[in-house]
Amino acid sequence: MKHGDLSSALLDASRHVDVHMSPEGAGMVCVDCHVGNRHEWPGSRYHGTISDTSRQRPGMRNTDILACNSCHTSAPHEALSVKGSKLNDHIDRVACQTCHIPEFAKGGVATKTWWDWSTAGKLKDGKPYSEVDENGRDIYLTIKGDFRWGEDVVPEYEFWDGIVEYTLLGDKIDPSGIVGINRIGGGPDQPGSLIFPFKRMLGKQAYDEINQYLIQSNVYGPEGDTALWSNYNWDKALSAGMAGSDLPYSGKFGFVETEMWWPTTHMVAPANEALKCSACHARDGRLAKLAGFYLPGRDGFTLTDRIGLWLLAMTLAGVALHAGLRILSRRRDNREG
Amino acid sequence: MAERQYVKIFTRFERFWHWSQALLVLALLFTGARLHGLIGGMYWGQAFRLHLIAAGLIILLWIFAIFWHFTTGAWQHYIPTLRNLVPVIRYYAYGIFRGEAHPAKPTIHRKHNPLQRLSYLFLKLVINPAIWATGILYLTVNLTGLDLQTVAWLHVVSAYAMAIFVVIHVYMATTGDTPTAYVKAMTTGYEWVVVEEDAAGG
Repeated sequence: MKHGDLSSALLDASRHVDVHMSPEGAGMVCVDCHVGNRHEWPGSRYHGTISDTSRQRPGMRNTDILACNSCHTSAPHEALSVKGSKLNDHIDRVACQTCHIPEFAKGGVATKTWWDWSTAGKLKDGKPYSEVDENGRDIYLTIKGDFRWGEDVVPEYEFWDGIVEYTLLGDKIDPSGIVGINRIGGGPDQPGSLIFPFKRMLGKQAYDEINQYLIQSNVYGPEGDTALWSNYNWDKALSAGMAGSDLPYSGKFGFVETEMWWPTTHMVAPANEALKCSACHARDGRLAKLAGFYLPGRDGFTLTDRIGLWLLAMTLAGVALHAGLRILSRRRDNREG
Repeated sequence: MAERQYVKIFTRFERFWHWSQALLVLALLFTGARLHGLIGGMYWGQAFRLHLIAAGLIILLWIFAIFWHFTTGAWQHYIPTLRNLVPVIRYYAYGIFRGEAHPAKPTIHRKHNPLQRLSYLFLKLVINPAIWATGILYLTVNLTGLDLQTVAWLHVVSAYAMAIFVVIHVYMATTGDTPTAYVKAMTTGYEWVVVEEDAAGG
């Protein structure tokens, strides 16, 4: 529900939903990849492994590290074909997941894409209530606010180096824009950063307008009258929540729009569903917004193209003029002759 | 004026080379324009595949053609000369409109006029190698570690030069005695030429 690439749809997945876990696919289970070693489990969202550069041993993999290439190697496409070797050439800048997970939240299980806490607390006839959409999914809950959902969601793409930094309680925020609950590291100029697919979760959360940081609320508790879910009063819930921290709370709160980046790595599609070249090598393709590098088919050379096309047009015009003069002079000659 | 006869001046290989090169260059220009995002009409992956196939074929063709030029001595047709160059330029800029005769009639040993020699030499020594080299560098950019954008830019500039050459070349092909005379000569191989070598020699 939160992740988008992890849901109950994986329990009995078709090949389309997850080629690894589907009984018609590889028929794998979680621990085939997430192999524990002394209570350490590889596969972390906080410190992601986007590429396994440890020495590869056939049939063996380092259980501390988990990435696609841990099993598939770093050159999984047919190296002897031009197409395959060109696809392998992408691996230095493009994560496997980018082409091989064209959508997430597959298999009929939607993922939450928007959570607006600011609307929580509304009552109908003095009672909490809920609203559902035509698919039976909650779109409003008095205790949680407004939701939006997505199915077969096209990811957002960013360069990523595997590092995720989180905004912690007390960290200053800039409420004039969208506040990042987390930030992903990496960029086009950093070697080792790969273009990676993400779920970008949006919403609104409470913050202290004077101290300029996100604040915590007392969400639940059967005792007392401070919990949000008991009496739907943000003032009391936030005061009680912040009283449990070491940080000052001004008592003046607002709601700020937030975003959170969730790396997408499950729900890998079968190879024949992988993205085609045109998905990104196009002016308005999936990577249209990703700046800082040259992408053939998406980026032209503005000045060079303008000069080149202008020269080509001038050549055509010159040729047309020359041809026109030839025709005119021949007619005149015919008349005179 | 020396006697003119209708004889074969373009050998079978020469004609095959010319027309297959023409086809491949057009295929490369159009698929290249698609890859560069200038035109649509085809999936990018399809255009990429066709571009590579055509590029492989034209490089093969060029290798054969270079071999052919040196073994037959045909390369001598491209030795640049200033003799008669100005009259030829003057002809295309002025005389052609007055119905004047072309100042350089082809002979067996001098198939090209001085302007052709210069432009074909430029094509063979500058544009073709530039396209060829930058194309191979583009394809192998991951092996060499060169800057993708720079290599792409050089390839695109070479392609514009080739496109402009093609436009002029195709137009000039219509400037024979009749608009189709030169095309016919390049197709059948036969043209009215001066058979007896004139005093000027090759």
